[in-house]
Amino acid sequence: MKNYFTIATLLIMFIFAAPLQAAEYDIDTADAHATVQFKIKHLGYSWLTGRFNKFDGYFSYDEKNPDASKIEVNIDTASIDSNHAERDKHLRSKDFLDVSKFPTAKFVSTSFKEKGKNKALLKGKLTLHGVTENIVIELEHVGHGPDPWGGYRRGFAGSTMLTLKDFDITTDLGPASRQVEMFLAIEGIRRK
Amino acid sequence: MRWFNTENHWGAISIAFHWLSALIIFWQFGFGLWMVELSYYDAWYHKAPDLHKSIGLLFLVLTLIRLVWRRNNRIPKPLISHTAREQKMAATIHYLLYLFLFTVMFSGYLISTADGRAVAIFNWVQVPATLHGVDKQEDIAGVVHLWLAVCLIILAVLHVLAAIKHHFFNQDRTLKRMLGL
Repeated sequence: MKNYFTIATLLIMFIFAAPLQAAEYDIDTADAHATVQFKIKHLGYSWLTGRFNKFDGYFSYDEKNPDASKIEVNIDTASIDSNHAERDKHLRSKDFLDVSKFPTAKFVSTSFKEKGKNKALLKGKLTLHGVTENIVIELEHVGHGPDPWGGYRRGFAGSTMLTLKDFDITTDLGPASRQVEMFLAIEGIRRK
Repeated sequence: MRWFNTENHWGAISIAFHWLSALIIFWQFGFGLWMVELSYYDAWYHKAPDLHKSIGLLFLVLTLIRLVWRRNNRIPKPLISHTAREQKMAATIHYLLYLFLFTVMFSGYLISTADGRAVAIFNWVQVPATLHGVDKQEDIAGVVHLWLAVCLIILAVLHVLAAIKHHFFNQDRTLKRMLGL
């Protein structure tokens, strides 16, 4: 009898403990409420923008302990889209992303620090073109709450500057085009 | 020299088509390999692909006219000294040369028009896209364009070697005939 009671208590604790753990969110790529964009100067005279059409990932976020948040994103490098097929073909080639050799880019967070006013600093490791580098992303916690269809969503947006040479991408596009700014806007749907 | 082919001679038009095509094929191959290595700040970075595409599209038109001409002309008979096996090999290579040529030209067109953009002949005619928007079309067409061009050049070299063999070893009129001699 005492054993049953212990088991029942443990079960109840376990069930009620779940919501106290960090909630896990899947990035809503199915309905495309997330985007991975880049922009780079063209000759120093204008901006060239593009995006990666295929990626997936998840993050965890606990309101009581936001600094324990984690995020992981995988990007299909061949899905690069700069609105010009010939350029995309070139970007996928050995001159740039070399997607047949490095089909996936990956970001895994290492730390998350809330700074107040819905701002946060996300640090992590980005693997791109076979090179892993520590990067820092300035995040904005855009919002969170129930959606009208029975789910719960949370969104962030952030940007970071990458130096192409750090990732062994050495094709010279000119002095104004050695860095590329990445912009991410992600919406996660909480796992049930 | 006559304009039309005869039973034993190639006519001037067929000969002109042949040598012009040979020139364009080797030119496009070398030029194509050169242009993709150009650096971004090279003055030819845009000019070279534009020229390659313009020549390629005009060459497609030229080759279509060539085929029409071929259909409406008699093909000179093989030389008596050509063995049955040689005739068969020659016919196969000629067929493959045309097949690869069209595939290379068409795949090149499919790269440039993969996203629905038109491709220009010297800022003169805009050739519209037809088949476009296939997933990774530019990459697939790119692989086909490069490797079939390599195959085409290998075949063309075999074709040249065969002509040299007939000229110097068999000492027959095969090559002379294509020179209109």
